[in-house]
Amino acid sequence: MDINYTAVLPEIILSLFGILIMILIPFTPKARQSALGFVALFGMVLALICVTAQCGATGLVFFGMIFQDYFGQFCKILFLFASAAIVLVSINYLEREKLPYGEFFSLLLFATVGMLLMATSADLIMTFLGLEVLSISTYVLAGFKEGEMKSTESALKYFLLGAFSSGFLLYGIAFVYGAAGSTKYLKIAQVIEASENYPLTLFLGLGLMVVGFGFKASLAPFHVWTPDVYEGAPVPITAHLAVGSKAAAFVALVRVLYQVLPELSQHWQAILWVSAVLTMAIGNIAALAQTNIKRMLAYSSIAHAGYLLVGLTAHNRLGTQSILFYLVAYALMTLGAFAVVQVIGREGEKYIGIDDYSDLGYRYPFLSIALSVFLISLAGIPATGGFMGKLFLFAAAMQSEMYWLVVIAVIASAIGIYYYLRVIVFMYMGESKDEGTPIIVPTPVRIVIAIMVVGTFYLGIFPGTFLHLASKAVSF
Amino acid sequence: MVPATHYLALAAILFAIGALGVIIRRNVITMFMCVELMLNAVNLTFITFSRFLNQVDGQIFVFFVMTVAAAEAAVGLALIVLLSRRTDTLDVDQANTMKW
Repeated sequence: MDINYTAVLPEIILSLFGILIMILIPFTPKARQSALGFVALFGMVLALICVTAQCGATGLVFFGMIFQDYFGQFCKILFLFASAAIVLVSINYLEREKLPYGEFFSLLLFATVGMLLMATSADLIMTFLGLEVLSISTYVLAGFKEGEMKSTESALKYFLLGAFSSGFLLYGIAFVYGAAGSTKYLKIAQVIEASENYPLTLFLGLGLMVVGFGFKASLAPFHVWTPDVYEGAPVPITAHLAVGSKAAAFVALVRVLYQVLPELSQHWQAILWVSAVLTMAIGNIAALAQTNIKRMLAYSSIAHAGYLLVGLTAHNRLGTQSILFYLVAYALMTLGAFAVVQVIGREGEKYIGIDDYSDLGYRYPFLSIALSVFLISLAGIPATGGFMGKLFLFAAAMQSEMYWLVVIAVIASAIGIYYYLRVIVFMYMGESKDEGTPIIVPTPVRIVIAIMVVGTFYLGIFPGTFLHLASKAVSF
Repeated sequence: MVPATHYLALAAILFAIGALGVIIRRNVITMFMCVELMLNAVNLTFITFSRFLNQVDGQIFVFFVMTVAAAEAAVGLALIVLLSRRTDTLDVDQANTMKW
């Protein structure tokens, strides 16, 4: 347990690149600012190389603040991959919407640092700081379209509710600290294991911490901000909120519940059982009524948080493994879907109603086929990653003998099929409409979409490789 | 010596006032100040535990919370300025272009 800078090298690299981009902004001519995106991308690739080189190292590092383990490394690679995809997608988006490049990319890099810290933190202080670094960067990014009321409103709502929820999280941390006398994960777990009867403050702490993380991962009943914020934020940031931010909150929750409070599992399992049912029901039912695709995907992301909760509630090895697998599948299909939505939205995001997708199928085959693949995968139809992920999650709940939860989850995902397929029906069978501005698919976005399509099928048809990696990553 | 429960109760009351304020009040600045009140209630809780556990960990945590609260204030006030420029009011109910 000593200071070890190499262990946090990926975070250091990302932070340095974030600062470097801010320094470069005034020295780069206006016309060449988009190159800053590639600087950010380069930083992420460097960080990715560092994480890959560290794979296999285990132990507590950086004064016991950071875990080095397969679980953290798996999540870090996933987060870096997701952020890199967002950078690629947003270069053309920023150009189209005439938004400043530099601030966007440096904030995105800082947000990624927060995500990485949340995935590896071994101390509640570090978890809180990671969460705040992620959140504060994302508040600004959500309101990035300064000239648009929707974006400002989205940022304001996210900020107020986010700050409110971090108050709850902190209060929970304070109680856990009071009950256990430490903020270190392993120390708290030891103290709890050794004690015979638990103090009231411990339960208060558990409840408040679940509320705090629940807000960030948009679990019902703390999901109300999600649709508004997702709708108003710029599309690449909506993708970042739905994938990176949510996955990071989930991973941190997994660590806190499984590593810090495993002794209280019967208590939190009861809370999460109820929350999982509510999250799946609300997400899927509310999505049925949506006419705006960003809003529909927001509710869909709530529903998917519910499926992840099913795996979390199971509290067994297969559960953790399938959460990791599902996070990968979910990242692929959601990033892909938002990339398509962004391109079809065209300048000013004017075409984001579901009826704007009418009759796109034959005019833009590449986009339509890709979007269909992502939606089919989100719906959980076989041969796609979404199906396999759900299968493993539900199998984990079966293993823990939570049959009712699985029944409800299956019914909820059956409801979900309707609204995903509705978009596809619109694309291929909708009435032809006035074409509007032609859609241009820039090359980086095309590459991202293609990778996501291939990845979605790969996970669906050959789940073995990733399942094996995920099982190696379950180290606790 | 004053027992720990007194401090904890005070912190809990402050936290409840803050949380209620965020829910009830409609002025953005007031809501934001209520969030700050919640964070300060948490700080008080940390210091109480730190004092009665004879550790400094809790007090160090308070420094981090204060730093984060300052960063949050910078971002939050910027967003509030944006809102007031756009709507000429500080009423959050004016930010209602998106519903359901």
